[in-house]
Amino acid sequence: MSAPAASAIDRATFEALKQTTGDEFVLELVDTFLQEAPSMLDELRRALAAKDADKFRRTAHSLKSNSNTFGALTLGAMARELELGGMAKASEGGGQPLDALAQEYSRVAAALTELRNE
Amino acid sequence: MSELRSELRRDLRSGSARLLVVDDNKVNRLLLARSLELQGHSVASAENGRVALEMLRREGFDLVLLDMEMPEMDGFQVLEQLVNDRQLRDLPVIVTSSLEGIDNIARCIELGAEDYLTKPVNPVLLKARIGASLEKKWLRDQQKELVRRFATPEVAQDLQDSGFSLGGKLVRATVMFSDIRGFTSLAESQPPEETIELLNTYYALMFEAISGHGGVVTLMMGDGLMAVFGAPVPLPDHGASAVRAAQEMVELIDLFNLERDAAGKPSIRIGIGIASGEMVAGYTGTNQRATYTCIGDTVNLAARLETHTKVAQRLILIDQATRSALSERVTVEPLGVVPFKGKTTAVEVFSVDPGQKR
Repeated sequence: MSAPAASAIDRATFEALKQTTGDEFVLELVDTFLQEAPSMLDELRRALAAKDADKFRRTAHSLKSNSNTFGALTLGAMARELELGGMAKASEGGGQPLDALAQEYSRVAAALTELRNE
Repeated sequence: MSELRSELRRDLRSGSARLLVVDDNKVNRLLLARSLELQGHSVASAENGRVALEMLRREGFDLVLLDMEMPEMDGFQVLEQLVNDRQLRDLPVIVTSSLEGIDNIARCIELGAEDYLTKPVNPVLLKARIGASLEKKWLRDQQKELVRRFATPEVAQDLQDSGFSLGGKLVRATVMFSDIRGFTSLAESQPPEETIELLNTYYALMFEAISGHGGVVTLMMGDGLMAVFGAPVPLPDHGASAVRAAQEMVELIDLFNLERDAAGKPSIRIGIGIASGEMVAGYTGTNQRATYTCIGDTVNLAARLETHTKVAQRLILIDQATRSALSERVTVEPLGVVPFKGKTTAVEVFSVDPGQKR
């Protein structure tokens, strides 16, 4: 595994997921996440623009729980900060936290794709 | 009952149940459904609370795994709706959420959630919690079925609403004892099947008359029964209702005797004793097997009055408290005071004319 993948995904969590639910199912689950996550990132930006605090928090919450499922612990922790800190947190530094979140997601997506094709 | 028990045992052994997973997030939904399927359950899923309630009201489920944060209708709203729904209030709900904060967990439990698991859900913990919840549900279902068979729908509903807590309370009510005169010699003179058939008809008629007037049969023993009026559901005129039920019981036995007479069988006679007053009423037993009963002096008196019908040569005997609850139109004959065993003072006894209704 390459360096980005190794740090973006906690391998033990990911292996445990495969063990408990089956390799084939995890492929399906990874695909679902890769399909759903970009719209969650969009959703966060839209909620922030529309000042929809409830939607913002809820989306951050979903992203957090999905990230943790795959062992994307850094992404999960960032999403958790947004869930708890709300839109005020997201607006810091002109929306910098959402950019950082998107960057981290790119690393996670790359790592998951790599793991998926292993 | 035995079918029910074997069904319960089979279900518990196979551990298979029909579950509903409610989560707006597709990854979570798939993941949870997968773990549950691996545990041998059959699983359906819903993406929000509104869809979940529709499914719950349409199909039968054994348990719900409910996320809290959802669009359209969230988990709290679902819990609120379930607790106010007579059909669904006993359905076990395990909350699966990554909601932070102990107050959220407390709120879920207050709203009737059986358990709370934080996401990502640990499969071993999940399995244990589901097993425990299902076992509780099946025991509850079994109790409900037992109550349904032995009580009126109204009483069964009341018991369900108030819960099956063991323990008594002091109530004012009326107790009735009834049995068949000379039943032992009758039973010895005919084949056993005929005795059972006779008892079945007798009980069917007595239940009809008793529950028709708001009473509950709390005990059946051989040819005897005990019924209570005014508990567990309060009945404003419990004394008068019990007497009306007794009159109807006598009337139904008369009709039954016409049939027996036509078939060349001996007629049967019953004796009924009724007393009113305070008593301790409640469930006794264990959580698996409980029975509703009443205890106290009033209950003993009703039993003594029933026995005394033989001596007094009357069909229905009542005490002073029951008598004072009757309207003028019911003809009551005072039989004077009778010293009953176990009673420090003699008791005034009255006979009710079985033909006088209302």
